[in-house]
Amino acid sequence: MISYLPYPVRIDDIVVETEDGNLKTFKLVFEDEAQKLAWRHVPGQFAMLSVAGQGEIPIGIASSPTEPDHLLFTVSRAGKVTTALHQMHAGERMGVRGPLGNGFPITTDMKGKNIVIIAGGFAVTTLRATLIYLLAHRQDYGTITFIYGARTPGMLLYREELKQWAERSDVDLHVTIDREAPGWDGLVGFVPTIAGQVAPSPDNSVALICGPPIMIKFTMPPLEKIGWTNDQVYLSLENRMKCGQGVCCHCNVGPKLVCKDGPVFTRTQVNKLPVEY
Amino acid sequence: MQVFKLSQAELDSMIRHFGSLGMVYTPAAGKQPSARTDCAPGWQPADGAPLALATGPSATSVKTFFFPQPETMQTFSVKNNYPDRGLLREPETLTEKQIVVGLRPCDARSVLLNNLPYREDPYYQANMARTVLVGFTCDAMCSTCFCDRMGGSPMATEGLDIAVSRLDHGFAAEILTARGEELLAGLKLTPAGISELDELAGRRQAAPQADAAGLDALKERDLNRLYEAPLWQQLGESCINCGACTFVCPTCYCFDVQDEVVRGTGRRIRYWDSCMFPLYSLHTSGHNPRGQKMQRTRNRFMHKLKYFPDRFGPFSCVGCGRCVKDCPVNIDIREVMGDLLTVE
Repeated sequence: MISYLPYPVRIDDIVVETEDGNLKTFKLVFEDEAQKLAWRHVPGQFAMLSVAGQGEIPIGIASSPTEPDHLLFTVSRAGKVTTALHQMHAGERMGVRGPLGNGFPITTDMKGKNIVIIAGGFAVTTLRATLIYLLAHRQDYGTITFIYGARTPGMLLYREELKQWAERSDVDLHVTIDREAPGWDGLVGFVPTIAGQVAPSPDNSVALICGPPIMIKFTMPPLEKIGWTNDQVYLSLENRMKCGQGVCCHCNVGPKLVCKDGPVFTRTQVNKLPVEY
Repeated sequence: MQVFKLSQAELDSMIRHFGSLGMVYTPAAGKQPSARTDCAPGWQPADGAPLALATGPSATSVKTFFFPQPETMQTFSVKNNYPDRGLLREPETLTEKQIVVGLRPCDARSVLLNNLPYREDPYYQANMARTVLVGFTCDAMCSTCFCDRMGGSPMATEGLDIAVSRLDHGFAAEILTARGEELLAGLKLTPAGISELDELAGRRQAAPQADAAGLDALKERDLNRLYEAPLWQQLGESCINCGACTFVCPTCYCFDVQDEVVRGTGRRIRYWDSCMFPLYSLHTSGHNPRGQKMQRTRNRFMHKLKYFPDRFGPFSCVGCGRCVKDCPVNIDIREVMGDLLTVE
C-alpha cells in the first residue's frame, strides 16, 4: 500500500544560495530515528515537501544517499508552498514524503561508464546529489565531466563545493556564466557552447542533462556532432504533481507519468512522447 | 452461487433489512444536493419506500462511495505553541459498512476499473472493504447507453455483490460474493426454481452482449498518430472545458489535494479534479504544458481510450453515457471513438 503521510522532519539549517535571495537550501533532519534509517533514495529522485496548512510540492533531492544524516532540498521561491517555506526558520517542523520517482541509473546504465553531467541554473540540485554519490563510489565510474552554468556568478548554487570540486583531479569541472562579470575569471558562455567545447567522446559514456528546455534543446546538436546518441542522454522532466505516486494523473506527459515512470527518461524515450512537459 | 426469487414486497423488505447492517444508499431522482450532508448529490439514504429505478444509470455515479469528495487524508494543527504543530496525522480508517442499492452494471464495472490505478491507495481500498454493492441489471437501455461496446452488458454482474434482475413475475437476486451472502444472512428467501433460472438465463442471452472487438483495434493504433489526428482541433473548438463530463464520469478518477485550516485546525483533503481545467497542469513558473483548450479535450479522450488501456488493459470507459447526456455542447464519446478508428 502506498502512503500519503509525510514523515515529520525539522529544519536543521537554511542556506541562502543565490544573490537574489530566491534560492535557499533546506537541511532537514528526521524526527524519528527509525524513519531516518529506513529512508533510501537514489540521486535523481524527488520528494514531496509538505508544510501543514500550505500544501505539498515536488522537489528534487539535492543530497546524496552517501550523506545519510540529513536531506537537502534547494527550493526556489515561486508559489504558495515555496513562499511559506522561505519564511520558515531553523528548528521548525515540516514534512517530507518520498523518495519518489525512478532516479538516475547509477547502478545500471551509468556503472563503469564515463559520466558527463550538464546542468543549467537551479536544475543542478539532483546533479549535485549525483556528483557526490559518484565521488563516494569513484572506482565504479570512468571519467567524470561536470558542466554547470548560471546567469551570473552570484546565481551559482553550492559555491563552496564548486571550489572543492575544482581542486580535485578526478572531476573535470567546467563552471560558466552567461556574460562577463566583475571579479569572475572563469568560463563565460552558454552551457551548450561550453558543452560542445569540453564534452568527451561518446564512447562508453552517459550524459545527464538538467536545465531549462531551451538549454537542453541547444545542448544536443554539439553533442550529436561528436557522435552522441539519444540513448546515452538522460533528462529529468517536471510537471505539476499532487500525489507523486502515479495515482492523481496530474503529471502525465501523454501516456507516461513523470512521477512514477520518471522523472528521469532517456532522450529517446522523451522524443517518443507528446510535448506535454 | 445462489439465486433467490423475490416479489416486489420481498425486495423492499430485503432493502429495509440492509438498514440494520449499515448505511444504505439508493439513487435519488436527480442530481440535486441531498438535504443530508452525509450523502453525495444524486444519492439518498434509503427511506424504506419501494425502490423505483429509472431506466439507465443513476444520475450521478457510484464513484462517490469509493472516492468521496472531499476525502480527509490527514489532519493537523497549526496553532502556535502547540507541541504537535505542523505534524500531519492520518484520520481513523472508516469501517462503517455502506450498502449501495440500485446501481447499474456499468457503474459496478467502473469500480473495478478504478481499482486498477487505486490498487495501492489506502483510502480507496478502505472504501472497497466497507462497501457492498447491490446492483440492478438493465432490462432496457437508454439512447445514450453503450456499455456493450465498452466490454460490458446490461445484464452483466461483474463487480457486484448481489445482482437483482427483473423477471416476468418479480425479481431474481443472484448472490455473487461472500459479502453479498452476509447481507442476506438470517433472511428467509425462496431459492429460484428451474423456470426462474431459465428465464434469467434467457434474458441474459437476449441482452446485448459485451463486444469490444470493434474498439480493440484502437489499442493497436500508434499513439502518436492518434494524438496528432486532425479531429482534436475540431472537437477542441466546440468543447468549452466545463468539466461536466469528468465529474459525472464514473471512471474519471484524478484528484487535487489542498490544505484547509479553520482557526488553527486543519485537514489535508483530496477531491475530484478535472483535466479540462487549465490549472490542472499549470506550472508555478506560468508554463502550461496543456495551455490550449484543445490539448485538454484531447487529453481526456486519449486518457480513456489510449493511455489507460496501454497501461492497464481495458478502456477507462464503461459506456454509461452520462457524459453524452450532460455535455452542454453535445460532444459524444461514441462519435469520437468512431472518428479515432478511422485515423490511419
